[in-house]
Amino acid sequence: MNATVPAPAVSPTAPDTLNDAERLQAYRRVKRRESRKALLLAAPLLLFLLVTFIAPIGTLLLRSVQNPEVPQAMPDATALLQQWDESGLPDADVYAAMARELVEASKAGELGRVARRMNFYNPAMRSLLLKSARKLKRMSVEDAQLALLEVDGRWGDKEIWRVLKRAGQSPTPDYLLNAIDRHVDQDGDVASLPPEESVYMAAFSRTIWISLSVTLLCLALAYPVAWLLANLPERHSRRMMLLVIVPFWTSLLVRTTAWYVLLQPNGVINSLLTGMGMVSQPVPLIFNRTGVLIGMTHIMLPFMILAIYSVMKGISPVYLRAAQSLGAKPLGAFFRVYVPQTLAGVGAGCFLVFVLSLGYYITPALLGGAGDEMISQLISIQTNQQLNWGLAGALSAYLVIFTAIFYFIFNRLVGIDRLRFG
Amino acid sequence: MKTHYWSRLERWSARWVRVHTAVVLFFLIAPILIIIPLSFNTSTYFSYPMDGVSLRWYRAALFDEQWQRALLNSLLIGFASTLLATMLGTLAALGLTRPGFPLRGLIMPLLISPMIIPIVVVAAGFYYIFAPFGLVDSYAGVILAHTVLGTPFVVITVCAGLQSFDHSLTRAASGLGARPWESFRRVTLPLITPSVATGAVFAFATSFDEVIVVLFIGGAEQRTVPRQMWSGIRDQIDPSILAVATLLILFVLALYGCVSWLSNRNKAGLPEES
Repeated sequence: MNATVPAPAVSPTAPDTLNDAERLQAYRRVKRRESRKALLLAAPLLLFLLVTFIAPIGTLLLRSVQNPEVPQAMPDATALLQQWDESGLPDADVYAAMARELVEASKAGELGRVARRMNFYNPAMRSLLLKSARKLKRMSVEDAQLALLEVDGRWGDKEIWRVLKRAGQSPTPDYLLNAIDRHVDQDGDVASLPPEESVYMAAFSRTIWISLSVTLLCLALAYPVAWLLANLPERHSRRMMLLVIVPFWTSLLVRTTAWYVLLQPNGVINSLLTGMGMVSQPVPLIFNRTGVLIGMTHIMLPFMILAIYSVMKGISPVYLRAAQSLGAKPLGAFFRVYVPQTLAGVGAGCFLVFVLSLGYYITPALLGGAGDEMISQLISIQTNQQLNWGLAGALSAYLVIFTAIFYFIFNRLVGIDRLRFG
Repeated sequence: MKTHYWSRLERWSARWVRVHTAVVLFFLIAPILIIIPLSFNTSTYFSYPMDGVSLRWYRAALFDEQWQRALLNSLLIGFASTLLATMLGTLAALGLTRPGFPLRGLIMPLLISPMIIPIVVVAAGFYYIFAPFGLVDSYAGVILAHTVLGTPFVVITVCAGLQSFDHSLTRAASGLGARPWESFRRVTLPLITPSVATGAVFAFATSFDEVIVVLFIGGAEQRTVPRQMWSGIRDQIDPSILAVATLLILFVLALYGCVSWLSNRNKAGLPEES
């Protein structure tokens, strides 16, 4: 313990008049100061990540339960609607507030955002809101209820008001439900969305399925390779290691480009196959699941080989020999003595490959077809094309939580310090 | 008889492992090797046999303004984010490896998590929160986001380098009257330089290969080499992309050369393990 305390708390020349309690206090003070100094060194990075990493992700995930658009543009109508009990049509003052704020929001240029928000619930809402605002602007409104119903009969539909009420509620479970193909129906129950709108559960299971396949493929391919590399004499293994390292270091986009070129219908592989007469017409290898699995396995394989190799390198051959000399059969000894010792490397490799695959984007986007979209691609569609940040946040929340669970388990079982590169 | 049976099985499995390894290593290296000759092809087709050999596509890529700009952008963004990530990551690693670092089991995984969290989420979150501050479509935004992605590599490699660091050296320095900064600059830093440099190379490689953040946060002005390749594949692919790929492979081999030279120096520079 003393070795960890660099400077004595008490000046060595002072007479030793401290009792044990004071000594302990002084020791603790030094310890605290040491901790503070250590933390201070990490503080810049912690602060940096807080601002540029944790805050952005936290805000995005929080966005999945927020509903800011409608309450901001129509504060009165939203507030009044929250008191409506959904039994009959809303009161006249709700109609009045709605008619007034539709026009105000339209004039302030905020109605577009509201319309887009409502569009996520029901595509018909968008045109209803925009059309109503446009017409109301040109009318002199005396009775708002009559005016709205005159503009569009749908304002007499309870369902329209119910959806508007839901859009004014914050926090809302709607995005999180939408991200797993659920919604709250007219009776207030959670129900499945119609099949033509259900895309996300399928995408989640596809993402997990592809990641799992890539992980198992990598494991099956990597284990014997790592074993041979770890057991060959250094001068041989070093040269072979280069064949793992060069792809590992080669740009991801270069490798994806290479597969893009190789897997084409008239690319190298297909002309080879047809040239040898093995197939009569080109095999579809790209823009489908085959292309995704080949490309992703190629990119992830070095991670797996290196992770297992680094553990196998440290295993002494003595144990295997001991087991055999004690009468174990070679294969039995291999599976019961050698393989268990490699599990830390297998765990690290599988974790890395699986978790990195979960968030994969580039390779499935370039080598996959319409049916191979992974969840990352759907998130980027929501943020870049649909501008539906709530749904993007909800999809991200599931992805991040899922990843974090694996990260936590891995850290507990194997330890994050196990990750090494190069 | 039994031993004969097993040794045959052993011999068979040893042969199988060798064949398997050869096939896997071929699978790993072949795609990279096959596209290199195609970049010298005279025709626009991506298949063998080649029509003839020319530097046509290299000329097309190297004299193209977009590719030139992309290369400059990649280098600028790469160097800036590497500098930031290396400074922040090295400082943090110095703290993390000190005895008595509080909540290490919580903070370490947090510092590594930019490597684990899907990049799309990082990029989307960054866009969402920093668009109002004008950091979207800007160099600063891309550099900051790439710094985030680079720091875990620096933290991991420098922590690993410091694990074998003998803390009594700094104590000796301060015992001889060196101020903390002095003992860091003249004792600690020279000893950990190889691992800091390795971390820096990893951070640079991460930034140099990154495309998702650039897609989200970068504008037309911030197009990097991978971003340019991405649109090259998506829009219309021609062999000049293979010329760029070949050049990138050479570049990356040089980077790897740096790392293995550094790791040899790292081993040589450390005191003998007793």
